[in-house]
Amino acid sequence: MRYEAPTTTEGAVALLAAANGTAKVLAGGTDLIVQMRSGRLAPDLVVDLKRIPALTSIAAENGGYRVGAAKACMELVEHEAFVRDCPGITDAVKLIGSIQVKGRASMGGNLCNASPAADSTPALIAARVTARVVGPNGSRDVPVQEIAIGPGKTSLGKGEILESFLLPKRAARSGDAYLRFTPRTEMDIAVVSAAVNLTLDEGGVCRDACVSLGAVAERALVVPEAAAALIGTKVDEVALKALAAAASAACRPIDDKRGTKAYRTKVAGVLARRAAEIALNRAKGTN
Amino acid sequence: MAKHHVTTTLNGSPVEYLCEPHHTLLDVLRDDLNLTGTKEGCGSGDCGACSVMLDGRLVCACLTFAAECNGRTIETIEGMANGTKLHPLQQKFLEHAALQCGICTPGMLISAKALLEKKPDPTEEEVRYWLAGNLCRCTGYNKIVEAVLDAAAELRRA
Amino acid sequence: MANDVKFPERELKVIGTSPVRPDGVPKVTGRAQYGADWTLPGMLWAKVLRSPHAHARIRSIDTSAAEALPGVKAVVTGKDFPEQKFDYVGPERVAINFWHFTRNVMAKEKALFDGHPVAAVAAATKDIADEALKLIKVDYEVLPHVIDVDEAMRPDAPLLFEDMKTRGVTPEPTTPSNISKKIEFKLGDLDAGFKMADEIVEMSYKTKPVHQGYIEPQSTLARYDTDGQAEMWSSSQGHFVMRTFTAKLLGMRVADLRVHAAEIGGGFGGKTICYVEPIAVLLSKKAGHPVKLMTTREEVFRATGPTSGASMTIKIGATKDGKIVAAQGIYKYQAGAFPGSPVMNACMCGFAPYDIPNAHAVGYDVVCNRPKAVAYRAPGSPISAFAVESTLDALASKLGLDPIDFRLKNIARPGTQMLSGGKLAHAGFAETLQALQKHPAYKSKLGKNQGRGVACGYWFNGGGESSATVHVNEDGTVVVSTGSPDIGGSRASMALMAAETLGIDYESVRPIIADTNSVGYTQATGGSRVTFATGMTVINACNKVVDELCARAAKIWKIDRADVIWENGHARPAGGRAGEFEPMSLKAIAAKRAATGGPITVSASVNAEGQAPGFSAQFADVEVDTDTGHVKILRYVAAQDVGRAIHPAYVEGQIHGGVVQGIGWALNEEYIYDKNGHLENPGFLDYRIPVCSDVPMIEAIIVEVPNPVHPYGVKGVAEANIVPPMAAIANAIDKATGTRLTDLPMSPPKVLAALDAG
Ligand SMILES: Cc1cc2nc3c(=O)[nH]c(=O)nc-3n(C[C@H](O)[C@H](O)[C@H](O)COP(=O)(O)OP(=O)(O)OC[C@H]3O[C@@H](n4cnc5c(N)ncnc54)[C@H](O)[C@@H]3O)c2cc1C
Ligand code: FES
Ligand code: FES
Repeated sequence: MRYEAPTTTEGAVALLAAANGTAKVLAGGTDLIVQMRSGRLAPDLVVDLKRIPALTSIAAENGGYRVGAAKACMELVEHEAFVRDCPGITDAVKLIGSIQVKGRASMGGNLCNASPAADSTPALIAARVTARVVGPNGSRDVPVQEIAIGPGKTSLGKGEILESFLLPKRAARSGDAYLRFTPRTEMDIAVVSAAVNLTLDEGGVCRDACVSLGAVAERALVVPEAAAALIGTKVDEVALKALAAAASAACRPIDDKRGTKAYRTKVAGVLARRAAEIALNRAKGTN
Repeated sequence: MAKHHVTTTLNGSPVEYLCEPHHTLLDVLRDDLNLTGTKEGCGSGDCGACSVMLDGRLVCACLTFAAECNGRTIETIEGMANGTKLHPLQQKFLEHAALQCGICTPGMLISAKALLEKKPDPTEEEVRYWLAGNLCRCTGYNKIVEAVLDAAAELRRA
Repeated sequence: MANDVKFPERELKVIGTSPVRPDGVPKVTGRAQYGADWTLPGMLWAKVLRSPHAHARIRSIDTSAAEALPGVKAVVTGKDFPEQKFDYVGPERVAINFWHFTRNVMAKEKALFDGHPVAAVAAATKDIADEALKLIKVDYEVLPHVIDVDEAMRPDAPLLFEDMKTRGVTPEPTTPSNISKKIEFKLGDLDAGFKMADEIVEMSYKTKPVHQGYIEPQSTLARYDTDGQAEMWSSSQGHFVMRTFTAKLLGMRVADLRVHAAEIGGGFGGKTICYVEPIAVLLSKKAGHPVKLMTTREEVFRATGPTSGASMTIKIGATKDGKIVAAQGIYKYQAGAFPGSPVMNACMCGFAPYDIPNAHAVGYDVVCNRPKAVAYRAPGSPISAFAVESTLDALASKLGLDPIDFRLKNIARPGTQMLSGGKLAHAGFAETLQALQKHPAYKSKLGKNQGRGVACGYWFNGGGESSATVHVNEDGTVVVSTGSPDIGGSRASMALMAAETLGIDYESVRPIIADTNSVGYTQATGGSRVTFATGMTVINACNKVVDELCARAAKIWKIDRADVIWENGHARPAGGRAGEFEPMSLKAIAAKRAATGGPITVSASVNAEGQAPGFSAQFADVEVDTDTGHVKILRYVAAQDVGRAIHPAYVEGQIHGGVVQGIGWALNEEYIYDKNGHLENPGFLDYRIPVCSDVPMIEAIIVEVPNPVHPYGVKGVAEANIVPPMAAIANAIDKATGTRLTDLPMSPPKVLAALDAG
């Protein structure tokens, strides 16, 4: 195996584009190194992204944030303005692994590893985040939900890397939240998860919402029916029940070592509802 | 494949090593530099026994390529005591009987030190969540948490 | 911590204090050397090739390509291990069959579980060793497999051993099966007993195998020289046992193998048998170089022993006023790939805490395609206690009795006839339950979806063979060497008992663990035996030292030995000579060593008997999230009779640790196999042992009802604490939700399904 640590995105892209055999990019390595050690993966080339400023920085942009795809989760969690402005994504990022894992793991790696259970993905989707992809043919901006398309599969082409995320400016009276279920309090992979992002009008009526579920399908789902259950309501009991039902109805999970179909389907509704309640309080500024 | 030549600052001293590109920092620390205080409990990021500080960040040495560490600063358990003077956390772990077999102890100490540097006055719950990446199978965590809280109090007094 | 019963006999000076352990500093500075931390010049790295199949006949193994790889120095397979006699040897409860044992270390005819070793290599680097494994070609004939115990017992189940006839059944069965053994205990008249009962509860239970989960994977360094002398650094619970097993499996003479006890990173029973040691020695012998063999976490889960999973049915009957009149337990325990589950312990421990006039226990030892079960903290007892203590709780509810009152009404006391034979010889059970009942939180109110559950646990505790040597140095310091690996602070306890006996301060004693060729034979650290048995031999040796010191003082004073007594660490003239000379300290006498007869060194050995059982009573408060099935432990209180707490902080630590392992067992830990018999969760991410944020502070109540056989009253502390938690938590969930879980682990999907089923 060859290890390279370029200092520009273009350098990384060039290395990848020119590679023969399996080439992998390395962000925090918390998925990649585990997979290599278990023998599931034996890349010929590993391109470390952590020496590229564009991939490891965070900056304000258009009232939102541009976050480097390889930026370590701990750095995000310690970024006060980010934490204040992006509570739902922060919820998710905080849940990824241990402090040690977060010291290295990135949202880009979380997304590109393309596990249906990735924690930050539903939160990024619900927050309507755009990903900037750079490749041999230049760069393109894509909605986050179009990146991970199946277990371990992304829509990135050869030589393409995810450079950064654009977290858009949040409208007034908006709130978002992410919840997952795991048997342990920490150090666990989501059995099922839900992210809810909503915006209220001055009268407290929900005018916009996005709901995303994790670990209930081959990829994180966007559930418009669940969002529709909230829009036009004051996010009251009736709406929350409808939201839970719509969330459960959208699930098409599998039985695996981490949970059963029935369990995931039911708890998806429970979590969507609980996340909506938190998001509502955040939108109202009561939290 | 050629080995990488890596220059680091390890526990305050300049240290160079040659490593295979696929070897982890844990491999190099233990097998090449003979720093066996950093333990391997899983090799997959799950147990925290290999916790070290990399450029001031708490990480798992088993999930870090040795080749990545060029120009970086590494701190391991071997550098925790100041010469012959134990760090207050080390002292409190002893006084509180916070280790039984002791295999988790180096990782716990590194992790706890990282916590107290960020948060000098943590609550019990904060200690528990921070240490969640450090498994201990012997102690049930009681005395570890007590030792960390006590060390925090002592460090605040100092 | 509360001391409910005081040690009455005598004033103690250092015992009962909690000083810093003698081996502490190296462990907090990273200098302590565990199994994987040893190296030798010219050392090779070994790796083991493992079966990817749950059950397969090994038609052939071709190692030629691996051997030809540059850097590979030796390859071994099952053929390189001498054949062993098919014979069950040793006491029945822990009998070993070396024909099986050698096949567990390295498969011969068949691979019997996913992860079963089939070959091993030693090479110049780890990478070359890994490469070499890929070059070994094994021709497998995949066979049908069986994982579950109830399925393994069916007549049409795939057989692991085509000729296995159930032992313990007369007449001997005519057809083979996976049932290795049946075992039975009977007391009184069961039918008559049940006829007297006003209420009877009968329930069935299942548990999954759980792993000890020690954080340090098995590792060893071995050196075999051309003169036939071998040396080994091994992290195990008993370096003598490793020597015995390794020598036996390799056909070596015991004296030719010297084993050093590396520091051990947890064992909990799992490091009482060997896996890697014989392989490493054999590779070293073949290669002519030292060999280090470290296992990975995945290998630990796939191929070292968890404890059994089980299927059980318990029936208990009681009269209206709460007296148990009859009880029956049927225990089917998975042994894994080779016979030898702890089902006999299940039969003996399940009902042991109670006075039950009519009782019956039947146990089945059943093989299946999983790693062979190995001891795990109170082996066998936590599983049976889960079933028995759950059933008792249901019965108490039916009778409208407080669970502690109900247990107290039936508690075994000295003189109670035990189902396993003999009468209970020691007090402590009732005292422990009473201590628990007195805990102020026992009567505290709980909220919605919260419940409190009680359970008890019994463990034999252990005695047996231990040795110690005590050396008095010329400056008055003392070195105590024993043969007991220290997993949880036992060096501190040895130093405390030595200091107490000699009348010197704790800091003057240096306890060490000597290698197999430097101290007498000592059984493994297990069975809660070290502080009792090794402690006893340390005390005996120290008493002999005292005797010698008195003789030396007599010589110095030129008086009769009989006129010298030992008091407060000093020899004093006594009797008719009292007051004639200034008392002499140990240090003063030691300084005159050469002039009074030379080195003062005493070795002692015991085959300790008279251990007293361990008993723990606990309650758990839980809260159930009825929408997700998640169970949170709000409070946990554990009382345990330890006889005497030599080092109370480490005693508490044992209780905390055992309880938290029990919490993991109760809620989340399990082996998950896919339909092909592959283990799906061989790592700490999906084999979920409790993390720090999962548990509250465990409140330990140390109860001290001394064991009169031990000079300081020790009973043992390491195991009884893991017995009650599974039932305590099941009982608490039942109280919180009205739903009883009978299947471990009580993981969220199971809890939610049970709640939804109403
Ligand atoms: C102990 C432990 C606990 C964990 N717990 C959680 C958890 O709770 N929740 C969770 O979601 N995950 C968890 N994970 C998984 C992992 O930590 C996360 O998925 C993490 O976000 C991955 O980020 P990384 O930077 O380490 O990715 P890497 O391992 O560096 O990369 C992951 C994959 O993405 C590719 N990749 C990375 N960056 C880019 C990029 N910029 N462009 C294109 N491709 C890229 C890599 O080539 C690789 O295939 C855990 C892992 C461990 C070891
Ligand atoms: S060895 Fe690195 S986390 Fe376990
Ligand atoms: S003290 Fe043994 S694992 Fe923590």
